[in-house]
Amino acid sequence: MYKYVIKRILFSIPVLLGAVFLVFTIMYFSPGDPGSLILGITAKQSAIDSLNHKLGVDQPFFVQFFNYIKNILHGDFGISYRTQRPVFSEIIHRFPNTFWLAFWSMILSSIIGIIFGIISAVKQYSVLDTSLTTIAMFLSAIPGFWLGLMLMLVFALKLGLVPSSGIDTWQGYILPVLTLTLGGSAPTMRLTRATVLETIRADYIRTARSKGAPEKLVVWKHALKNAMLPIVTSLGMNFGASLGGAVIIETVFGMPGLGRLTVTAIRQKDTPTVMAATLFLAALFLVVMLIVDILYAYIDPRIKAKYKG
Amino acid sequence: MSSNLAEKITSPETAVPAVPKKRKSKKNRQGKEIWRRYKKSTPAMIGLVLMVFVIFIAIFADVICPYSDCVTQHISERLTGPSLHHWFGQDEYGRDEFARIIHGSRSSLWIGVSSSVLSMIIGGFLGAIAAFYGKAVDNIIMRVTDVVMTVPPILLSLAVVAALGASMTNLLIALTISCIPSMVRMVRSVVIGLTDEEYVEAARSYGASDLRIIFRYIIPNSMGPIIVTLTMNIATMILSASGLSYLGMGVQPPSPEWGALLSDAESFMFSAPYLLYIPGIFIVIAALGFNLVGDGISDAFDPKLKD
Repeated sequence: MYKYVIKRILFSIPVLLGAVFLVFTIMYFSPGDPGSLILGITAKQSAIDSLNHKLGVDQPFFVQFFNYIKNILHGDFGISYRTQRPVFSEIIHRFPNTFWLAFWSMILSSIIGIIFGIISAVKQYSVLDTSLTTIAMFLSAIPGFWLGLMLMLVFALKLGLVPSSGIDTWQGYILPVLTLTLGGSAPTMRLTRATVLETIRADYIRTARSKGAPEKLVVWKHALKNAMLPIVTSLGMNFGASLGGAVIIETVFGMPGLGRLTVTAIRQKDTPTVMAATLFLAALFLVVMLIVDILYAYIDPRIKAKYKG
Repeated sequence: MSSNLAEKITSPETAVPAVPKKRKSKKNRQGKEIWRRYKKSTPAMIGLVLMVFVIFIAIFADVICPYSDCVTQHISERLTGPSLHHWFGQDEYGRDEFARIIHGSRSSLWIGVSSSVLSMIIGGFLGAIAAFYGKAVDNIIMRVTDVVMTVPPILLSLAVVAALGASMTNLLIALTISCIPSMVRMVRSVVIGLTDEEYVEAARSYGASDLRIIFRYIIPNSMGPIIVTLTMNIATMILSASGLSYLGMGVQPPSPEWGALLSDAESFMFSAPYLLYIPGIFIVIAALGFNLVGDGISDAFDPKLKD
C-alpha cells in the first residue's frame, strides 16, 4: 500500500512544478515593469532600469523562471511591489483564514450533500425528493457572491445576528461558510443521488433483496458502501470549488484571506503577490487531492489488491 | 451519466453505416424521438422556456428599448425605486435599470455561450486526439491538463485577466482557458469508449482513413454527451463571468453586465435594495434555464429512462 502512496506523492511533484511554470508564464505577460511600479511615475528612467536589473526582470524568460524556482525553494517569494515587504510573510499570515473557510465549507457541504442525496435517492419520486432536487437545482444556479450578499443583507444587516464583515470573532466565519456550503452542497447532492440510484439498480442489490435481506440492510450495507467510492472522489473537487469560491466570497465579506489578497494585488498590478497567492492555493488544492486519492485507495479494495505487499 | 449516454448513442442501431439517404431519415426520427422524450419532463420544458426567454431578450434588446436608455444619466432621479416609467428603478446615476438589465443580457449571454463553445472546440479537439492516438500524444495532453487543473478555474481566470488586463474580450479568453481542461477530460473519456467499439474497428479494417473515422463515426456518436456538457457549461460560465465582473475583472463601465450591475449595487444595499435583487434574479433565470435544458437533454438521451 505504501508503494501506492509514495508513487502518488512523487507524481504530484512534477504537477506542482508544472503549476508554477503555468502561473509564472501567465504572469510573465502581465503589463508594467516592477521598476516603474515601485518607484512611481516620477522616477528617472535610469533609476527604473537599475532597479529592474537588480530584480533580474531584464533577464531571459527561462533564467527568470529558474531563479524563481530557486528562490521559492528557499522560501523567498519575492518582494511585494506595493508594500515592499516579503510576499511570503503576508501570505503565511492570511493562509489559515482561507484554509479554514474552505475546509469547513467542504466538510459541511459534503455532509449535507451526501445525507440529502441519499434520502432523495431512497425516496425517489416522493415529494421530499422533488423538493430537495428543486432546491439543489436553484442553489446551483445562484451565483455565490449574490447568495453571500443576500445572506449578509438578511442575517447581518436586517436581523443583526452575525457580523457583516471581518473575522474578528468566530461569528464572522458563519456567513462565508454558510454561503460556500449552500453552493457546494448542491452538486454533491446531485452526484450522491445519481450514484445511489445507479447502485440501487445493480444486480447485487437485486440478489440481496431476493435473498430476503431487510431493506435497511440492503440500502445501508450494500448500496451505500458501493456508492461511496465516486462520492469520496468528489470531496477533493469540493475543496477545489470551495477554494475558488473563497476568492470571491472573501471579497464579499471583507475577509483577510488569500483570495481577497489576490484580487487586491491584481488591481494594484502587484505581480509577485498574485503569483505567490495563486501558487499557495494551487499547492493546497494539490495536497488535498493527494490526501483524497490516498483515502480512496484505502477504501477501494481494487487499488488495495493491486498494490498488495 | 456520460457513459450511459455513450452507451445509448453507440447502440448498434445508430451505428450501422447506412446509405446516406436513409441515414438522414433515421437521424430525423432519432431527433423526433429525443424531442418526444424531452417534452415529457416538466423541469426540462420550464428550462427551455427560461432559456428561450433569456436568448430572446438578448437578441431583441435594441427592439425592447434603445441602448441609449442604459447610458443616459438623470442625476436628479438617482436611486429612485421601480415605477411605471422605470420598471426596475434607476441606478446611482439615474440610468434606467430595466434597460441596463436588458442590454446586460447581451454581454452575460455572449460571454457564457462563446467561452463554452470555444472551450468545447479546443478542449474537444485535444481530448479527441488524445483518446484517438493514445500513447505519447495522450500522455502529453493529459499531463498538461493535470497541471492546469491544479489551479482552481476561477483563480486561473483571475490570473489570466491580471496578465491581459480587465476587459470583456480578456474575460472571455480567461474563462475559455479555465474551462478547457475539464472539456479535454470529458471528450477523451467519451472517445476512448467509442474507439473500442466494433464498428470503429470494422471501419479501420476496411481501410477507412483516420479523418473519415473521426468525422463519420466518432464525432456524430459523441454528440450527445457533448451537447449536454456544453449546455451545462454555459450556465457555469454565466455564473463565473458574473463573479469575475463583480470583482471588476470583466466588462468595464459604462457597459452593462449583470455581475457588474451587482457590484455597483453593493454600495446601495439599504437605499436601493432592488438594484441588488433584480440582476441576481436574471442571472439565476439564465443559469437555471441552461442547467434544466442540459438535464432534460441528458435524460432524453438516456436509454434507461426510456418512457
